[in-house]
Formats: sequence, C-alpha cells, structure tokens
Amino acid sequence: MKRIYSVWVENRSGVLSKVAGLFARRSYNIDSLTVGETQDKTVSNMTIVSTGTKQTLEQIEKQLNKKLDVIKVRTFSGEDAILREVILIKVRYSPAERRELMEICEFLKADIVDATATHMIITLCDTPEHIEKLLSMIRKFNIAEISRTGTLAMPKCTEGEA
Amino acid sequence: MNGANLLVKALESENVKYIFGYPGVSICPLYDAITDSEIKPVLMRNEQSAGHAANGYSRVSGGVGVVAVSSGPGATNLITAIATAFADSIPMICITGQVPCEQIGSDMFQEADIVGACESFVKYSYSVRAAKDIPRIVKEAFYIASTGRKGPVLIDLPIDVQNAPGGEYEPIDKISLRTYKPTVKGHAVQIKKVVNVLSEAERPILCVGGGVISAGAQEEVIRFAQKINLPVVTTMVGIGVMPGDHPLHIGMVGNNGKKYANRAMNESDVLIMVGARVADRAVSQPDLITKDKILVHIDVDPAEIGKNAGPSIPIVGDAKAIFEELNNAELSCDFTPWLERLKYYSKTRDEKTESTAKYVDPNEFLKTLSTALDDDAVYVADVGQNQIYSCANYTVKHGHFLTSGGMGTMGYSIPAAIGASLAAPGKQVVCVIGDGAIQMVLGELSVAALLKCNIKIIIMDNRCLGMIREYQHTHYENRYNMVDLCSLPDYSMIAKAYDIPYLLVSNNEEAKDSIGKILSGDGPVIAEIDVDADAFTAN
Repeated sequence: MKRIYSVWVENRSGVLSKVAGLFARRSYNIDSLTVGETQDKTVSNMTIVSTGTKQTLEQIEKQLNKKLDVIKVRTFSGEDAILREVILIKVRYSPAERRELMEICEFLKADIVDATATHMIITLCDTPEHIEKLLSMIRKFNIAEISRTGTLAMPKCTEGEA
Repeated sequence: MNGANLLVKALESENVKYIFGYPGVSICPLYDAITDSEIKPVLMRNEQSAGHAANGYSRVSGGVGVVAVSSGPGATNLITAIATAFADSIPMICITGQVPCEQIGSDMFQEADIVGACESFVKYSYSVRAAKDIPRIVKEAFYIASTGRKGPVLIDLPIDVQNAPGGEYEPIDKISLRTYKPTVKGHAVQIKKVVNVLSEAERPILCVGGGVISAGAQEEVIRFAQKINLPVVTTMVGIGVMPGDHPLHIGMVGNNGKKYANRAMNESDVLIMVGARVADRAVSQPDLITKDKILVHIDVDPAEIGKNAGPSIPIVGDAKAIFEELNNAELSCDFTPWLERLKYYSKTRDEKTESTAKYVDPNEFLKTLSTALDDDAVYVADVGQNQIYSCANYTVKHGHFLTSGGMGTMGYSIPAAIGASLAAPGKQVVCVIGDGAIQMVLGELSVAALLKCNIKIIIMDNRCLGMIREYQHTHYENRYNMVDLCSLPDYSMIAKAYDIPYLLVSNNEEAKDSIGKILSGDGPVIAEIDVDADAFTAN
C-alpha cells in the first residue's frame, strides 16, 4: 500500500533529521520526501510518501505524531488530495532524435527549458502518474541526469471549508 | 547571571536534590555554580553509572532524576543509561556539556554529536544556543520527561552558553508546547465497551506492566481487580504493581515467567493489558493473545497500541484516570469457576527439587531473603540469571522492584541502588547481581561506601556468565565459550579494598543464618553467594 503523509513540523534545525531518522530507525520506507516553509514561518511542511503494510502505515502515523517537533499529521490516499511533482531530465540527443523528443514534450505538456546542439533539459510539473508516463516515454533516449522533487500534496477544496 | 547559574536556579525550582554525574571541562561551569546551591552533586565513577543512579532515584522518589556529564566520551558513555531509561519509560533529565557553539561541527577535542546519537532513545532533546533560554528549556524538559509516557530528555549545553550572561532568573509559570498534549482521560465510549465485555466474560485476566507504576495507578488497579475478583498477571517491569502475596496475583508472564501465569493469560477470554508494550520477552507469540479472545489495550502512548498486537478495544490515556473511571462503573461479575481453575493451575506449579549441599540454592536463598525484607524494601535486580531468580522468588509487598527490563543492561543494579538509597534514605535497599555484571561497575562500590548507602549487595557468584552459559547449554550443545570468569576477583579482597563488610555464604546450611547478618547494620554489605554454575533457571 502507498500512503502520503503531510506533516507540519516546527521549523527548527535538526527536525528533518529527526523525522528522517525515525523512518530509518524503524525500517519504514521513504519513497519520496519534500520539505518547505508554509504560510507560517515557524512551521515547515514535509510531504512523505511511503509504502508498506496497513499496520506499518498506521504505525508511521502514530510514531510521527509522537515526535515532539511534529505539529500535525495528515494522510492522503491520493484521491482526496491534489498531488504534484516536478521533474528535470537532461537528455543527450542526436539530430535524428530531436523531433521525437519535441513531440513527446508537446504531447505531455512538458517544457524544454534549456538546450544545446547535443543536450536538452526537459521539465514537467504534474501528477506523479503523469511524471512516470513522461519518464517511460523518454527512457529509451540517452538520459544524462534526472532530478525530481518528490510528491507535494494538499487536500482538495471542500464546500463550506473554513 | 550566567547560563550555569540560571541552570542551577531552574533545577532548584524543580526541587532537584541531587545531580549524579562526572565532570569534564565542558560541564565545569555547572559544577562550579552548584557549589553555592543546596543541590548535592554525587560523583559516580562512570557516566553510565551516573545515568543509572538517576534512573534508580527517579523510580523510588517518583520524581525526576538528573544526571550531568561532560562532552565527547562523557556524553557517549551516558548513552547506554539513556537507552536503558527510555526502554523502561523512566523520567530523567540528562545534561551534557558541549564544545563552544562556534566550534560545533569542527571535530574539536571531546566533541560528539550527542543529540544526533541519542535521537532514537530520548523522549526529546534540546541543543541550547542562548543562556536566556535555559529556564524555559529546563521547565519544558521536566514537564516532558514526567508526563504522558515518561522518558529521558537530553539537554546539550555548550560551555560558552553556560558562561554567557543570560539576565536575571525569572521563574517560568506557563509552558506552551503546541506539539505536546498527552491524553489523560480515556474515551468514555471505550471504557463503556470494557465494562460491557467484562460483564459477559467468563475467563478475564488483567496484565499489568511498568506503565501502571509510572502512572502511580497501583491503588486504582488493585481496587478494580478486587471489585470484580479479576486475576492479575504482570510483566517483568510490572512486578510490584500488586503485592506478590495478594490472592488475585497470579505471577509474572513471559519466557522467564511462571508457566501457569502464561497459561492463564493464553486461556483467558478477555485480556486487559495496561501499561505494557506486548514485547517479545512478555508475549512471545502476539497472535496467541488476540486469538479467541478480546484484547483490551490501555496505554498512555497511542503508538504502543496495535504495534505488536491488534487490540479489539484500544484505550489511550493515563492508567490512573482510566481505572478511576472503571472503579466508578457499575459492574458485577462472578468468575468463580475461572478463579478455581487458576488456583488449581498454581497448585500444580513445579517446585525446584534438587539442590546440592555443595552450593547455595539461589531459589531457596532469595525466597528466604524475600520474607526477611521489610515490607517497603527496595529490591534491585541486575540482569542475567540473578534477575530471573529474583523475579521468580521475590514477593513484593509495598516496596519497589527495580530492574532493567526493556534494555537488559548489565551493571544497572549497583548504581540504581545508590540512586534509590538516596531517594529513600531510611529504607532497606537490596541489590542482587551476578559476578559478571558487578565487574562492570566495581568502581561504584566506592560511592556506596563513601556515602554509607544502606545497600546490601548480594553477588550470585557462579564464576561464569551464567545466563549465556545456560543459553549455550540449551542452544549450542554445551559448547561453552566466552563465559568463564575464572574465579577472579577475590570478592573478600574487593570488599576490603572499598572498606565494606563482607561475608561468604557457601552452602544452604550457612545460608539460613546469613540473611540476618546481611541485613543488619546501616551501611553497605557485600555478601558473596556461592552458586553452582550448572544451576540453570529453566526447569
């Protein structure tokens, strides 16, 4: 099973290592982890994607809540939240490959943000599934480097929300 | 005031009487500031022992023990004691000196990342950067250590922060921790469910762990058990929740517990676990305690519930508050056939029969010792065969039973007993230890002698590491290796070196008269009990 944890933590030094350390110490998986500030400067948001059994995923939530630097833990399955990820891919290409690459980018709404006669950097900000689709179509080319942010998540807007 | 003076003021306001520790340059400002305080520093002979002493002090005083050591090796030596306290949920404040703020990360002399190293076994840790923050941090640290699921809190204090001016000391009245709000009251619906299942139960049993002692809920738990005639089993750390001679007390469960206590737990139809982790030593097969029965799990730590066994009825909260609620509930039950059955089981308990004239029978000796002790005695068991014998034969009345249950740290008992005797100066303190563990903490005999602690140290001397030797007997076909202690040292000479009265008990005949002698007098005594290396704990 996969679960997404959106964790609000105190924006202090050492907190990232405490949370990441918890996953290491208890052998929980981290598929991806992103950290950034929130609207409140004293609060950081960590989005962690993990896979495991139902029991493990529940334990992760409890153990996160137990950490004194953790303010709030929310979990998402994916349907109830908006998910986004950014990817940067540097491809080394031959003149014969350029056209197909550009078509793939156009088809998947990815951008070519930098290029030379031999290399280009493609970027896409989309759902994790879409990012995977782009990757699967580009894998056959000569990929020089990949960098991705990991998933960001936010619960969908609801009627009557405060 | 400088940071060290602010720290001492803050500790005084928490009613700290003793600081156990070991100095080094980086913690010297603190020990200098204590000179003008009522707080007594206790110089132990190793940082780990200082931590165990604070642990023993916490457990017997019901307060929070404090340990303060230096940076680098001083701090890393303390780690085992911190982990030991964490495993048994013992509140403790651990203060470590640190290199100056600016030097942190430069690998200078005696620098260690103690906050990083301890992360997985402290309840919380602070890296202090400004002297003015010290009063708030100390206030928070005591609150965090002593509430919810209790545990050690680490305060890492660079030497320049201890020396820096931090303003005048102003007492902190209010704690504001947005991330920490332990649950006290149990959910009313869940409590009602427990009442309902008990009213329909035929074979219920209550299993109490260290959490009951930690919550100070012994009285409420006993009252509830008596109210409905509910039989009680305990985990190792739960020994002492209920007097061992109470008619509803069945015994300790687990792989070192009583067979009939395990049988009682396995055959129950409603099992109420309270303040227990359901760890492997107490419950070797978690499936069994959920199979064909309703498991009620009560714990102050939500993460304990469902970690090792999925309960039918989870209740998060403070054991004292929950059992007060349960005591107020209307409930009448009749478990007579079940109680009769348990009585029959306990009658069939296997008695140790063979005992040679050549050695002292450890079971018999500890049984006799148990009856001779004061009702409110403190009994500290170390780790190994001596611990198993202690659990099996010591009947707690209204005193304390201390041991390193979760971590199983050898050498715990003597320093913990020193802390215990300072927490309860008038009480009998007995420390039962093997000849392996005592050699890890021989230096602490000096502290016991100098402070004239009323600790009766009983060395179960079988000239080997008995528990591992027993394991090699059962698992490695008697291929004994790494377990022979070669009959050294001569404990009479060790006792003489530390100026502690000594007696040797060589056989069962001598044992009879020895107990009165061991327990007499006010200061420490070392009694060496000659035990057969082949006297295994398992029948």
